[in-house]
Amino acid sequence: MAFFLSLAALIPLDNPGHYIHWHFLDLSVANLIVVILMVCTFIAALLLPFPGRSRRKENR
Amino acid sequence: MSISEIDRQWTTRIRRRVEGKLPPEKLLPDTQPVYVSSWIYVFGVATLSALGIVIATGCILAIRGPQWWHGSPYGHFINSLHLWSVEIFFFTMVVHLWGKFAMAAWRGGRALTWMTGVVTFLASIATAFTGYVSQTNFDSQWISTQAKDGINATGAGSIFNVLNTGQMLMWHIVLLPLAAVVLTALHVILVRIKGVVPPFEEVTE
Amino acid sequence: MSKKPFRPDVDAPEWKGGYGPYDIIKEGAIAVLVILVITMLLAVVFGSPDEKQITVKNWSNADPIDFATTALSELNGTSTSAQYGAPYNTASSGQAIGPLSLAKWAGVRIPINAASDFVISPLKSLPDKPVLRTDLKMWASASTSTRNGWLESYTKASSNMKFVNGQVVVNATSAGPVPTIIEDLTQMARSGALDQALVTGNGFYTTDFTKPLLFLADSGYMANLADAQHLTGDQWGMMNETGSYPGQAWLWLYTFWYQIPPFNSSGNGDALVWALMMVMSALLLFLPFIPGLRSIPRKLKLYRLVWREHYQDTK
Repeated sequence: MAFFLSLAALIPLDNPGHYIHWHFLDLSVANLIVVILMVCTFIAALLLPFPGRSRRKENR
Repeated sequence: MSISEIDRQWTTRIRRRVEGKLPPEKLLPDTQPVYVSSWIYVFGVATLSALGIVIATGCILAIRGPQWWHGSPYGHFINSLHLWSVEIFFFTMVVHLWGKFAMAAWRGGRALTWMTGVVTFLASIATAFTGYVSQTNFDSQWISTQAKDGINATGAGSIFNVLNTGQMLMWHIVLLPLAAVVLTALHVILVRIKGVVPPFEEVTE
Repeated sequence: MSKKPFRPDVDAPEWKGGYGPYDIIKEGAIAVLVILVITMLLAVVFGSPDEKQITVKNWSNADPIDFATTALSELNGTSTSAQYGAPYNTASSGQAIGPLSLAKWAGVRIPINAASDFVISPLKSLPDKPVLRTDLKMWASASTSTRNGWLESYTKASSNMKFVNGQVVVNATSAGPVPTIIEDLTQMARSGALDQALVTGNGFYTTDFTKPLLFLADSGYMANLADAQHLTGDQWGMMNETGSYPGQAWLWLYTFWYQIPPFNSSGNGDALVWALMMVMSALLLFLPFIPGLRSIPRKLKLYRLVWREHYQDTK
């Protein structure tokens, strides 16, 4: 039990959140970070080279 | 018993159909077309992995019941794992969806694969929603009283009462996960039967 | 039979190229491990929110005037619940999409009589209250017009409602049993007994919190708490979470419609947003069959990034 007590959140996010207002747009910073990360991950997945290409070629 | 009689049996016929459509080397392949070489391909299996963790942590939460996590640090930690695996599940599923859209992955008789994927996405949203409503804290009180208006407006509120916490918990831990898992299994089996969609033919080059 | 022409957004070319090694089990194992590590890290670092539930006891002690005012609105039929319509009652025809009154057609399946369920029935369960018992009898035997007369004079005077020395004070004349009813219900709520009375409709066991949740939702107290947490509908609250946690970000499109006209001003907003979301979900579902939409990926050319090695090889 003591082990999991020590696992209580290091940076709990229980404090009131921050929000971005822009016209009718009203996004929590936490959600905005999730969305930005999602878009970045998608772009990175398209652009980053996938390993194992040379091995693939040899096997062809 | 004659051979033709065995051939006509339901069991035999179904087994042969399954063997024909999904032989073991398709279910558990050891080769892949060379065009399958991009990080975008990992988001399907990542979604599946996150789903596994969601279910596993949900099972641990189920052992001690719906209120346990409020009072136990161990329970709260399992709840944190459950929440974050759900966030990752949706995160990877959305990237997977964008990727499959970019590849028009429904081509070549794969429309049903796409459609089972979309329905899984919608079922997952419903599952997550009933989870938020089953938390038994202020968040669930607020979300349920807000969501009732939308669901009542469709007429579904007469059966699907979001303010009935016991009903929502049943949907969250039995009905909707069952639907999500069956749909996911169908989706994965269809991917294995049809294989990964080949690239567009570039006529200009 | 003639061969059908090749449709690039429907048909896929047959793959005649090479195959490479692929260890699906190893891939799965690595994926599970990576996702597990990320989940663990996020859970250890950020934890998860658990904003304590509120009770009618909390509410009536924190803001007794808001409670008494809400109780009065249940009794005089002006609360949101009392005027809701289906599936709770027939007080209004509810939301509709043009001629489609889906809620009304589904009927009153979860009957709620705000005055009786939230005010009168709970009070009947209180023991040893001779004055209240007499007043409840008076209420029960009165005609609708007599009741309305009492309620009208009390409601008028209630704009100057005060809470003094632990009692609801309204200077109403000829309000009949209404002052006792509101005062005793407020005391019942402050003791915590009303929380229990609202859920015991089905006897000892219950998992159904429809009544206390509807009652709480009629209050200003709950809405103010939600507003402070940025959870209300016009704050994109549907996708927000208490504290600074990410919420159901995947509900962004559903939430989005509530922010713009005509949805944010229409009395049928919920029905319209749901109808729109049904249509959009259907578009996503049937995308492979919709000419035009299904050509977007080919014209977007993002696929050239995915398969760039393949296109380099075939050049």
